[in-house]
Amino acid sequence: MSRLGWGLALLVICWPLLVATEFKPWTLFDAASRKSSWAFIKSFFPPVVNSEFMLLVLRETWRTVAIATAGITLGLLIAIPLTLLSTRVLSVSALSGRMAALPFVFRQTLRIVLIILRSVPELVWALIFVRVVGLGPTAGVIAIALTYGGMLGKVYAEILESGETHASVSLLRNGASRMQAFVYGLLPQNAAELTSYTVYRWECAIRSSVVLGFVGAGGLGQQMDNSMKMFNGGEVATMLLVFIALVALADAISAWLRRELG
Amino acid sequence: MKVVTERLSASHPAASKGAPAALRELTLQIKAGEQIAVIGASGAGKTTLLHAIACALKPSAGSLLLDGVDPWTMSRGKLQQLRGKLYLAPQVPPLPPRQRVVTSLIAGKLPAMSFFRSLRSLFYPVDIAAANAALERFDLSEKLFERVDRLSGGERQRVGLARALLSPASLWLIDEPLSALDPSRAEMAIKTLTDEARARGVTLVATLHQVDTALKNFDRIIGLQNGVLEFDLPSGAVTPELLHALYRQHLAELNGPAPSVDLALEARAAATVVMHCR
Repeated sequence: MSRLGWGLALLVICWPLLVATEFKPWTLFDAASRKSSWAFIKSFFPPVVNSEFMLLVLRETWRTVAIATAGITLGLLIAIPLTLLSTRVLSVSALSGRMAALPFVFRQTLRIVLIILRSVPELVWALIFVRVVGLGPTAGVIAIALTYGGMLGKVYAEILESGETHASVSLLRNGASRMQAFVYGLLPQNAAELTSYTVYRWECAIRSSVVLGFVGAGGLGQQMDNSMKMFNGGEVATMLLVFIALVALADAISAWLRRELG
Repeated sequence: MKVVTERLSASHPAASKGAPAALRELTLQIKAGEQIAVIGASGAGKTTLLHAIACALKPSAGSLLLDGVDPWTMSRGKLQQLRGKLYLAPQVPPLPPRQRVVTSLIAGKLPAMSFFRSLRSLFYPVDIAAANAALERFDLSEKLFERVDRLSGGERQRVGLARALLSPASLWLIDEPLSALDPSRAEMAIKTLTDEARARGVTLVATLHQVDTALKNFDRIIGLQNGVLEFDLPSGAVTPELLHALYRQHLAELNGPAPSVDLALEARAAATVVMHCR
């Protein structure tokens, strides 16, 4: 009985959601939709594979990887100092009970900075920076650096705080400095997890730098956008296939790296 | 280092408000170079006493003087400098599992090292000789370049004790140094600690569960019960009647083996994985 009750309640709650999202899957199958999607899919064949175009795709793919890597590297420059300054486990005043007021406010402020950086999606940062620095990879790099800097910083701090802190706290209690406690206590305890998360984020950055291309931030995404606007399905198909291969490759590399580290 | 406490009370920061303090109105004088064993049943306040002396815990009442100075009136930076002169060895050795033993040992020297030097030491250990000598005193020198997670619980505990020999401290506060050691190793470990402390003029305060070891190796015994000082006597004057009174609620602990701590269990508790995706 209660199961039935819960089921009914769930339906009642879900109904407005379905209405709000205009959830009508059957429109996928009416004649007009079928015709236009069929035309779009048909245009994918055959994929364009002439050498000139392949060279272009290759160059743009490389640019996508470069945007992601440069973005993550710049993001680390933001994330690492902010993590060290904001993590609670390196607090000296918290050693003997509660953290003192001033350090608490300072750490909390840095956390809010990280949250703001992270909560603006990289797409929005890219739109802003395309206007500031013009079309091209620079906007993409800055966008990824800002969002991922905030993301990495916040998660790094969480990893450090959720891990075993016995070693670092003992070092602090015996008079080591914060940075010494970090490199001798926290880092050996958490290095594998921190690196594994960074590699995983790099993989995410590759995917997201393709999306950023659609707003003019360079790379594979920008080419894909161009071809779509020209209704050149063959080029889109080639690039999609290359993109799938790229993501699979990044996935494999990051899985391998994480296994080696774990 | 000289330690004076005056009606010192302290409780754990996580303790509930109404609960009686873990340590109440303790008055003690410890001269420089003295060696003291703190005994008492589990929960008697032994660890709290060590933490209070180590400035790891702020007294809730009363005062603490280290070499005549109240550490809690110092600035935070000065207090942290002073902590470099105190060496608190927790019962569970604070060694990161993936660290090499030599690095874990040199971590004891950190208060005396610049950040740059300690960073360099991660790649090329600065004082291998001293680390090896300390390890040799605990009969472990073949493990110098081993990773900590390849050691047994007893070996880890001895590495934790050997770290004290590298620290620049003049007061050693050692919590249950023998909990994971077999009797013959325990005898050797406690002798090493007392000999080294004597040779360096370091003041030594150790909490112990093994009453006979305490009586045999220490000149002065402090008995704690329910957070209150029960007796503070030279070891010759500690009678079986006093011990019986001290452990009257926990006679099993006096006669039986010391309660052991499962080191592996505590290490496993940390193995949580976060995988945030956003």
